[in-house]
Formats: sequence, C-alpha cells, structure tokens
Amino acid sequence: MPLRRLFPHPGLTVFLTLFWLVLADSWTFGSLALGATLATAVPLLTAPWWPGKPRLKRPLALLPYLGIVLWDVVVSSFQVARIVLFLPPDRIRSAFIAVPTSLTSPEAVALLAGTITMTPGTLTADISADGRVLLVHALHAPDPEEVRQGIITRYESRLKRIFA
Amino acid sequence: MTALAEIVVALLLVAGGLFGLIGSFGLLRLKDRMQRLHAPTKATTLGVGAALVAVAFHVWLAEGRLALREILVAVFFFSTAPLSALFLAKVHLFRDIPRDSLPPPGTGSDWASFTPDPPGGKT
Repeated sequence: MPLRRLFPHPGLTVFLTLFWLVLADSWTFGSLALGATLATAVPLLTAPWWPGKPRLKRPLALLPYLGIVLWDVVVSSFQVARIVLFLPPDRIRSAFIAVPTSLTSPEAVALLAGTITMTPGTLTADISADGRVLLVHALHAPDPEEVRQGIITRYESRLKRIFA
Repeated sequence: MTALAEIVVALLLVAGGLFGLIGSFGLLRLKDRMQRLHAPTKATTLGVGAALVAVAFHVWLAEGRLALREILVAVFFFSTAPLSALFLAKVHLFRDIPRDSLPPPGTGSDWASFTPDPPGGKT
C-alpha cells in the first residue's frame, strides 16, 4: 500500500501538523502547507527508529493520567521544597531503588520512566538490559519499599490499563 | 483585566519565582551529585509551570485568546526534562557511583548502562 508507505504514522502526521500551526501561531493556508510537508517528512525520516506503532487500548485514559501526574508534580514539589529547605543535609536518606515493571510496550516504559523523573523526589537513572526493571534514585526515602509500591500502584497500574 | 485576575497572575508569578529559587538553592545545599540532580528537575518544574500558567492566564484575560503556544512550551518542557535528567544520571552512574552500591535488577540481566551492545547494534 503506497499510502501506508508515505504515512508510516498517520496519527503522528496529524499531530505534527497541528503542532506546527500552534507553534507558528498562524492559521493560514501557507502554514498548513508547510506544516503538512514537515509532518510528512519527519515520520518518514524517523521511521527506521520507530518500527512499531504504540498500541493504545484506551487512549482517552491518558487524560486522567496526565491530570494525576500534574497534580502529583504540584503536591510533591512542596515536599521536595521542604526537604531542600529544612531537612539537615546529613539526614537526607537518598537511595537507589530497583522498580520492577510488567509493562511490555517500549512507549509505556518510556512514559513510566518520564513520569518518575517529572514527579519530584524520584528520578529514573537507568533501565535493566532486558527492559523489565527501572533503576530509580529517590532524594529522600527512609522506606524504599514504600517508594517502589507507590510507583507501581499509582502509575504503572494505570499505564498497564492504557497500553495494550 | 479585573483586579482579581491581576492578583492571581501576580501570585502565580511570585510562586514561580520562589520555586525557581528553591530549586537553585537546592543545588547549593544538597551534598552529592545524584541529590543535586533532583533540585533543578523538580522544584523548577513547578516554578516554570506556575510562570506558564500565569502567562496563559494573562493572555486569556487581557488579550482574549487561548494561550496554546504556552501550553506547547509546557509540553516541550515535560518531554525534554526527563531525557536530560536521564543522561546526567547515566554520567553519574559511570563516574561517581561504585557499582556495588547499586541494587541488582534481580531478573538475571544487568543495568543497561553497563551492558555492552550486542554485535550489529541494539534492536
């Protein structure tokens, strides 16, 4: 199918065109033409690094997920601010924590890793070579097990429902 | 723009500045490199976020248009910050952190940073 060859990721093409229009902030035919050209070229050029297509079981569930993450960023930013400002440096218990994940799609794992980094207090430092465990660094984790369970129940379980 | 809206925008800007300051202060105060990585990716996230919300609010109320571009800035921020944090963390893993202080993955394979690529590159 030649159309499939020209648009290996149709969703990405639509998304990039809209992205371009918003970024250029001009809703004219010229911008649309340029945007559509770029949105056709970029997926073609990057296709070799993106062989599979992310399969979403429930795309709409991404919105409440985004809401939860944003809310957590706000709440835990205050916690991190408190640690930075008031906890004596020698009482900060930092720890590396191995967090196993049963997510299989690379996009889902990447999203989980990004979520861990963006929510304050934890950040993803590495992934195991088989892609099944994330290495997470926690700024202040007196109880590493609590951090591990928190990530699994709050984020991973939701991502598992979103991605097929 | 009403006085109330101006107060909200001003408060958001002050909050954004405060969190930016706390993030930078964390850089000075935290003691090792992995800890210091937390301060700029975190408190600063909220700082930039608050400033963006303030701009979006202002554009919406004073100019009467939706601040789509400001939302895009947030999208870029949220999609690039984890990557730079990840690469900085990998540098620290190689340079500062003793291998035996890392917990093992527990699945039989090692952490990806310490595993050589298979011949012919990664698949």
